[in-house]
Amino acid sequence: MEFLRPTTWAEALAAKADQPDAVPIQGGTDVMVEINFSVRRPPALLDLTAVPELATWSLDGGRYRIGAAVPYSTIIGELGGALPGLAQAARTVGSPQIRNRGSVGGNLGAASPAGDSHPPLLAAGAAVEVESRGRGVRMIPADAFYLGVKRSALLPDELIRAVHVEPAAGPQYFSKVGTRNAMVIAVCSFAVALHPDERRVGTGLGSAAPTPRRAREAEEFLAAELDWSAPLQPALLARFGELCAGAAAPIDDVRGTAGYRRHAIAVLARRTLTWAWHDHLERRAA
Amino acid sequence: MRVTFTVNGREETAEDVWEGESLLYVLRERLGLPGSKNACEQGECGSCTVYLDDAPVCACLVAAGQAQGRRVRTVEGLAERGLDPVQEAFVETGAVQCGFCTPGLVVQAHDLLERVERPSDAEIREALAGNLCRCTGYEKILDAVRLAAERKAAAR
Ligand SMILES: Cc1cc2nc3c(=O)[nH]c(=O)nc-3n(C[C@H](O)[C@H](O)[C@H](O)COP(=O)(O)OP(=O)(O)OC[C@H]3O[C@@H](n4cnc5c(N)ncnc54)[C@H](O)[C@@H]3O)c2cc1C
Ligand code: FES
Ligand code: FES
Repeated sequence: MEFLRPTTWAEALAAKADQPDAVPIQGGTDVMVEINFSVRRPPALLDLTAVPELATWSLDGGRYRIGAAVPYSTIIGELGGALPGLAQAARTVGSPQIRNRGSVGGNLGAASPAGDSHPPLLAAGAAVEVESRGRGVRMIPADAFYLGVKRSALLPDELIRAVHVEPAAGPQYFSKVGTRNAMVIAVCSFAVALHPDERRVGTGLGSAAPTPRRAREAEEFLAAELDWSAPLQPALLARFGELCAGAAAPIDDVRGTAGYRRHAIAVLARRTLTWAWHDHLERRAA
Repeated sequence: MRVTFTVNGREETAEDVWEGESLLYVLRERLGLPGSKNACEQGECGSCTVYLDDAPVCACLVAAGQAQGRRVRTVEGLAERGLDPVQEAFVETGAVQCGFCTPGLVVQAHDLLERVERPSDAEIREALAGNLCRCTGYEKILDAVRLAAERKAAAR
C-alpha cells in the first residue's frame, strides 16, 4: 500500500488523477474501520488532512462554503446559528471523538443512505463542489449527488472540495430514530427546512430508501396548501406525514423493518414540521 | 514508511510503519506506550482515546501517517508530573475495576474539564457517550468526573 500526503489542493487533484484507485482519507472514521477489519486493502491511501484549506469554512457570496474535511465538532461549535439543521444532525453523529474527526466530506464520500449529513443538506438545497484535474469544478446539487446504496455522482478522478449551503432562511430541524442518544446509525431520520421568503418547505429522508432523498410530493403539497400566517391544520399535517412516508422505499434489516421505518418517517415529518412551524409563527409575532 | 510526530512533548520516530497501520498500533507496539487500549478497533468503545493536537480522538481510526508532524498526548502524558486530578479522582472514587476503559475515559474527561469548568451531569454524559465500560455501571465514573471538576476549580 502507498501513503500519499499532498499538502496543496492541486497536488491532491494530481494524485487522484494519476491514481484514481487511491482511497481518500480524512477523519478515517469510515476508511480505518474497513482497513482495521481487512474489508478494504486499497493500493493507496490519499490523506487529505495535510491540505489546510479543506479544514476551513468561509462565507462566500452569501453562502457557506464548508471545506470537505471540516469536522462535525466545528460545525456544531461555529455554524449552529447559521445552519441549524446540519448542526443538529452533526450533534447526533457517533460520539465526541468521532465528531472531532468525522466530516461532511467523508459522509458524502461514503454516501451511505444512513449518513446523518444528507437529510439536512437535501432540505436546505445544498450543493457539493467536486473537482478533477482534467475537467475542473462541478457543482452537484445534493439531490443529484446520491445515486444508489453507497454510490454517488463522484467520478474516480474527482475529489470533494466543499459543500455549499445557504444560511437558514427560516427554522430547520433534524430528527433521528435510534436505540440510544449516541453511537447510533439512524434507523431512519428526517430533516425539514422552512424557506418562508419563497413560501417553500424543503425535506430530506435518511435511512429510508437506497439513497437519501427528498419527499418531493410532500414539498409540492405544502407549497400549494400552506397558509404561512396561520397555525398548522391537523389534516394538512397528517397529509404531510403520509406523503413523506410515501416517499420512503425502506427495507427490513437488523435495525428495523420497512413498515416501522415508513411509520416513523411520518411521525418524524409531522414532529419536525410542528417544531419548525412553532418557531416560524413565533418569529412572525416578534 | 517512517512517521515522526510529537508524543507527550517528545519527538518520536517510528520506522517500518505499514501504510494502513493505525496510530494506536504505533503507540502501543512501536513506541512502548501501552496505556491507550485496543478493544474494538472501530471507534465504538473509546478505550484508545488520545489527544491529536488539541482534540480527543480514537487512535484506532487515525492512520499512522496522518499523525506525521502533529502532536499526540496519551494517558501516560497526563501523568508526567504526578497523577492528574482526573486520574486521582478515578482512583479515589472507585471508578476503576478491570481498568481497561480507564485510560480512554481519563483522556476524554480531561478534555471535558479543560473546556468546561463545572460540567452538568448531562454534559458529562454527553462527553463520555463514546466510552464504554463493562464493569462499573458508570456511576462511580460520574462521581470521579464531578470530584475532579471540583478539585480543578478549587485549584484555579
Ligand atoms: C463509532 C462510529 C460511529 C459513527 N456514527 C455515525 C453517525 O451517527 N452518523 C453518521 O452519519 N455516520 C457515522 N459514522 C460514520 C462516519 O463517522 C461518517 O460517515 C463521517 O462523516 C465520515 O467522515 P470522515 O472524514 O471520517 O471520512 P473518511 O473515513 O476519511 O472517508 C469516508 C469516505 O469518503 C471518502 N472521502 C473522504 N474525503 C473525501 C474527499 N475529499 N473527496 C472524495 N472522497 C472522500 C473516503 O474515501 C471514504 O470512502 C460513524 C463511524 C464510527 C466509527
Ligand atoms: S479501540 Fe478505538 S474506539 Fe475501541
Ligand atoms: S472498569 Fe472494566 S471496562 Fe471499565
